[in-house]
Amino acid sequence: MSSFLTSRNVADVLNGITNGVIYSLVALSLVLVWRSTRILNFAQGAMAMIATYVGFAVLAPTTNYWVSMVVAILAGLLLGGLTERVIVRGLYGKPEINPVVAMVGFLLVLESVAAAIWSTSSRGLPTPFSMVDWQLNHKPVAMSPFALYEIVTAVIVMTVIALLFQYTKLGLRLRAAALAPEVSRLLGVRVGRMLTLGWMLSSAVGAITAVLVASNYFTGLTPTAMDGVFAFGFIAAAIGGLDSPVGALLSGISLGIILQFVGDYLNSNAIILVALGMLVVSLMVRPNGVFTRSAQRRV
Amino acid sequence: MISVTGLSVSYGAVQALRDVSFGAATGEITAVLGANGAGKTTLLRTISGLVAPRAGTVALDETTLTGRRPEDIVRRGVGHVPEGRGVIAEFTVEENLRLGAMISPMPLRDGLDQQYQWFPVLGERRKQAAATLSGGERQMLAMARALIAKPSVLLLDEPSLGLAPLVTAQLMHTVSELCASTGLTVILVEQNAKSALRIASRAVVLYLGRLVADDVAEVVASDDQLRQYYLGMVE
Repeated sequence: MSSFLTSRNVADVLNGITNGVIYSLVALSLVLVWRSTRILNFAQGAMAMIATYVGFAVLAPTTNYWVSMVVAILAGLLLGGLTERVIVRGLYGKPEINPVVAMVGFLLVLESVAAAIWSTSSRGLPTPFSMVDWQLNHKPVAMSPFALYEIVTAVIVMTVIALLFQYTKLGLRLRAAALAPEVSRLLGVRVGRMLTLGWMLSSAVGAITAVLVASNYFTGLTPTAMDGVFAFGFIAAAIGGLDSPVGALLSGISLGIILQFVGDYLNSNAIILVALGMLVVSLMVRPNGVFTRSAQRRV
Repeated sequence: MISVTGLSVSYGAVQALRDVSFGAATGEITAVLGANGAGKTTLLRTISGLVAPRAGTVALDETTLTGRRPEDIVRRGVGHVPEGRGVIAEFTVEENLRLGAMISPMPLRDGLDQQYQWFPVLGERRKQAAATLSGGERQMLAMARALIAKPSVLLLDEPSLGLAPLVTAQLMHTVSELCASTGLTVILVEQNAKSALRIASRAVVLYLGRLVADDVAEVVASDDQLRQYYLGMVE
C-alpha cells in the first residue's frame, strides 16, 4: 500500500489534483461572469492579483495570514463590483469585440498599476501550512499540508457557490437574471444589481485563488503572477464549457492531472503545447464545451 | 383601473403606437385586438415599463407608471406574461413559481398551494424542468408565475399562440374564472379575436399603431366593418 501511495503515477495524480483545483477555481470565476453577462473577463487574473496585493498590504501590521485573506476577498468583491459598474455596464449589447478589447486593456492597466505601486519583484508570502510533503515509510507522498489546504479551500469555495446558487433566493435571482434578464425584470428581479453581484462573486473567487497561488513560495506574488494560472484556467473553462460550473470543476482537475503526466513523462516545455492542443481539439469536437448540453433549450 | 393616455411609441423611424388612449376597468377583461404589427405587444411592453414611450402616460389608479422600471411596476401590482410565455426552461416548475413569488405578500407555501389548485397539472409536474412541459402547460406556468405575486392587473400577451383550440378554450375559461373570483383586471392581447371577445367585457382594436375602436366587447364583435377590415373575421 505504502509503495503504491509513493509511486510515481500516484504522485502525478496528487500533484495534478493540487494544480487542477487552482485551474478549476479560475475557470469557475470565468464561468460565473460568462453565464451572467456573456463577457470573457480577460482581466480576471489581474483583478485577483490586485486584490491579493491589497490583502497582503495588511499583512505587515497584523502579521495574520487569515486577516490578509479576508481583506483580499473584500478587495476582490469591491473591485469586481466597481469593474462591472464602471467598465462593463457600458459594454452590454455592444459588438462582441468591444468587451474583449476593454478587458484586455484593463488587464494591462492593472498589471502596470501594480508594477508601479508594488514593483515587479516577487514577494514571498508566509505560507500558513508546511509545503514539505508528508512521509510514508521514509518516502515522500506527493501531498503536503499546504497542498491539502489548497484542495480543501477549493472544495469549500465550490460548495458554497453551488449551495448559494441552488438553494437560496439570491441564487435563484442570480440564475434567473443570467438566463432570462427581461423575464426576470418582469418578475421584480433587479437584474442590474444581480449582474454586479455576479461580478463581485467571481472576483472574490479569483482573489481566493490568487491568495493560494501567491502563498506558494515557488511562485510568490508579482504583477504577472496570475497570467500563467489564468491561461490554464481559461483553457479549462473553454474545454469544460463556459456555461457549466461543473464543467469548470471537472475539466480544471482533469487538465491539472493530464499536464502533470505530460510534464513528468514528456517534457515540462510540452505542457503549454499539450494544453493548447487539448483546447483546439475540444473546440473542434465540442465547441460548446465537453460538459455543456449540446442543445440547451431556452423558452 | 389602468389608464392609458395619449401613448406614442417609436422604434427609430417606425412609429409603433400613435396617441393611444383607453381605460381598463378594475375586475374586467379588456381585449386588445388587431392584426400583426398593430402595436399590441408594444402596448403591453410600454405599460410594464420595458419600452419607454415618446409621449403619453400610463397610470394604475392614481399612480403614474410611466418612467418607472419594469421591476418597480411589477412590485406595484402589474404582472406581465410576455409573448412566447417567457418560462425559464432550465428551471423546474417550482423554481419558476418561487421566482414569481419573491415579491408576493403571501407566504410561499400558500402561494404555491393556490396556484396548484388553479393549475393542478403544475402540482403534478413541480419537480420537472419547464423545458419538458407542453405548450399549454408552459402557458399555465407563465400565468401561475405572474399570479403568485398577487398582482391587481395582469397583462397577457397572446396566450393562445401555438396552442390547440381546445387548450386555448380551457385557458380562456381559466382567465375568465380568475377574473371573476379574484377581481383581477386583465388586459388580454390576442390575434385570436373570437376567443378573446368571448370572455372580454371591453375590446380595443389597434390598426398600424392607432386605436380604431374602443367599446363593449359585444359591440366590437358585432361590428361587421371592424370584423372584416381590422380583425380578419370573415364568416
